[in-house]
Amino acid sequence: MRKEWLGMILAGGQGARLKLLTKKIAKPAVGFGGRYRIIDFPLSNCQNSGMDTVGVLTQYKPFALHSYIGTGTAWDLDRTYGGVYTLPPYADEKGGEWYKGTADAIYQNIEFLDIQDPEYVLILSGDHIYKMDYSEMLAAHKEKNADCTIAVFEVPWAEASRFGIMATDETGAIVEFAEKPKEPKSNLASMGVYIFSYAKLREYLIADAPLDTDHDFGKNILPNMLADAQRMFAFRFQGYWKDVGTVDSLWEANMDLLEDIPAFDLYDPKWRIFSVSPVRPPHYVGVTGEVHRSMVGEGCRIYGKVDHSILFSDVVIEEGAVVKDSVLYAGTIVRKGAYVEKAIVAENTELGEFCIIGRDAAEGPFGDNGGVVLIGEDTKIPAGTRIRKDATVGKDNV
Amino acid sequence: MKNVMAILNLNENEENLYELTKHRPVSAIPFGGRYRLIDFALSNLVNSGIINVGILMPEKFGPLIDHIRSGKEWDLDRQQDGLFILPAADGNAKRRGQLSKDLENFHANINYLRNCRHEYIVISPAGTVCNINYKKAFMYHLEKDAEITVIYKNVGNDYPLEGALTMAVDERGRVTDMAYNARETHNDCLAMEMYIMKRTVLIEIIDNCIARGQNNLAMDGILRNLDTYRVYGYEHEGYIGRVDSVYSYYKHNMDILNPEVRNDLYFSNGLIYTKTRSEAPAKYSSSAKVINSVIANGCHIEGTVENSVLFRGVHVARGAVVRNSILMQKVRVEENAYIDRVIFDKNVQITSGRSMKGETTMPIVIEKNYII
Repeated sequence: MRKEWLGMILAGGQGARLKLLTKKIAKPAVGFGGRYRIIDFPLSNCQNSGMDTVGVLTQYKPFALHSYIGTGTAWDLDRTYGGVYTLPPYADEKGGEWYKGTADAIYQNIEFLDIQDPEYVLILSGDHIYKMDYSEMLAAHKEKNADCTIAVFEVPWAEASRFGIMATDETGAIVEFAEKPKEPKSNLASMGVYIFSYAKLREYLIADAPLDTDHDFGKNILPNMLADAQRMFAFRFQGYWKDVGTVDSLWEANMDLLEDIPAFDLYDPKWRIFSVSPVRPPHYVGVTGEVHRSMVGEGCRIYGKVDHSILFSDVVIEEGAVVKDSVLYAGTIVRKGAYVEKAIVAENTELGEFCIIGRDAAEGPFGDNGGVVLIGEDTKIPAGTRIRKDATVGKDNV
Repeated sequence: MKNVMAILNLNENEENLYELTKHRPVSAIPFGGRYRLIDFALSNLVNSGIINVGILMPEKFGPLIDHIRSGKEWDLDRQQDGLFILPAADGNAKRRGQLSKDLENFHANINYLRNCRHEYIVISPAGTVCNINYKKAFMYHLEKDAEITVIYKNVGNDYPLEGALTMAVDERGRVTDMAYNARETHNDCLAMEMYIMKRTVLIEIIDNCIARGQNNLAMDGILRNLDTYRVYGYEHEGYIGRVDSVYSYYKHNMDILNPEVRNDLYFSNGLIYTKTRSEAPAKYSSSAKVINSVIANGCHIEGTVENSVLFRGVHVARGAVVRNSILMQKVRVEENAYIDRVIFDKNVQITSGRSMKGETTMPIVIEKNYII
């Protein structure tokens, strides 16, 4: 039976600017919001949009992602008809190759797509935090009888040169596409979310494959289609969208959740973000505990003071410890009297008694952490250690 | 444990649980901020390596089926073994009075029992929370060359035991007596109504009892047969919370505010699994003031919460005060409301400025969906 549509999530990127956070896992597996991983957002969007088949293309350090996705149960994607498919690079009779670009990754899975036989293919990135009903975008794609529909959102003019920018006419048709233009003609930025009519996509992927190009949607496939005057339309997205590609932006996006009325609502029962639940009891706040403006996950035990922070599951804050403006991943232990400010602390790290993290001035101007202290996973910070703002500390350089 | 199967004998007495069991059986009562009582029984079995579990269904089993569904959360959705729903004997799903006619329910499923391939069977109720490893009890059963092992707990003298089945064990470990409401003569030894025996022994007991018009597993099947079979007692050493009255329900929920009880109950022999929903983490506002409380995912706290257990999705508005209370899923406590020693069932709402106060020995229970 022919499928109407399916999703292909590009989840192979390392996300090197997240530094220690992606040392062992790919960027889409990085945690967000006290219980989620980034990939939960596109996967939940697919599920909530009524899609029954999703391919997840993995490459860089895929083990955490593969075991996290499993058979797709958490997103109701464990289906008899369809379901979730993890698609790492593979070998055939001529040998095997890495995914050399976004378009190449899809090209190498043409056989998978042919077997699924969809009419439309949704291509998206596994790197972004947003809630979007792709079915509305599909409806627009069909209504315009488009070959390709690109989701766009308005960005401030000053930032437009950081994005792929679309110039459109009054019907929404894309007349010009420029990847990171120096002088942008529009402020409609591509979100990296595309719907293609599969026959057309297949044609362009096959044409691009033997050429010496970047095999990239933004640099090759889309400009080629535009040059051939294919029917390409922009679909405007309104709402919260964030690329959490750096330590700084990851921290900021987490902090966004702590507003009294956050721009991004995780509590909407009509658009639930699904994720794998840890098997843990509800969290406990002790007699000496104090929690304000924070989100707290399951299994945490809080005996100290937590302000404006996000705690993943199983975090322990001992008596007299103070945590503010921070993101603590699962299993972090903050010992007695420790002080933690504006930090991201990765899994299973222990901050020793009376540590002072993120209070002392940085050595120079802030680097690309933007002032945020980053502590890598499985690190044991000895008692009394002082770590300056903006520092990056892992278990190999404590 | 490949050779051991289990039956959950859900025929608990709900007489003293009033509103809490109006719409659900005892085994489906919410507990500890995220669980239902049956989660403990099911998790203990699978954590002990028992993966064939039949459930003798009680009355009002809707919420129970809704909760366990395929058994996936307990890894009991299997091709071989897994979960089996066993209907009660006609008209016998509801327990009437102190003695249950549970043997009739076993008898209604006698063909199921005959057809299973396992040599041994564990029988457990699901109205008690505890974290027990049946492997140890089973080893004891084999070591003693017992024909029936009854698991018990010496609960101490301040534990609520009204209407409970107690038992006496001699120095060799043999069970010498079982009786209801006999805590003094039995030194506070609560029979947990968990049994280990060969499947053939269970079938023999069922056949013999039913043929003679006897229908209670504990009294007719075990007590009358203390001289026929070698019946041993195995003592469970960890915490147990037997939920058989509003007071004991309240007490055992409050017990989990104690870290030792939490460690014992949630981690000592394995994790406790439950149906999961993707609910965002709990959110605290700047005006939140929470101490000594257990808070589940999806809660939104703007007011004061002390010594309480909050299930998922509870909202405590600004200025509201919650003390010594148990608030189930989606309870709403509006601005400046004050509650103390209450149990609010699912979806109860207390409107702005209202107050309500119960007593420790008699907490006020408000039934599901009420607006105060």
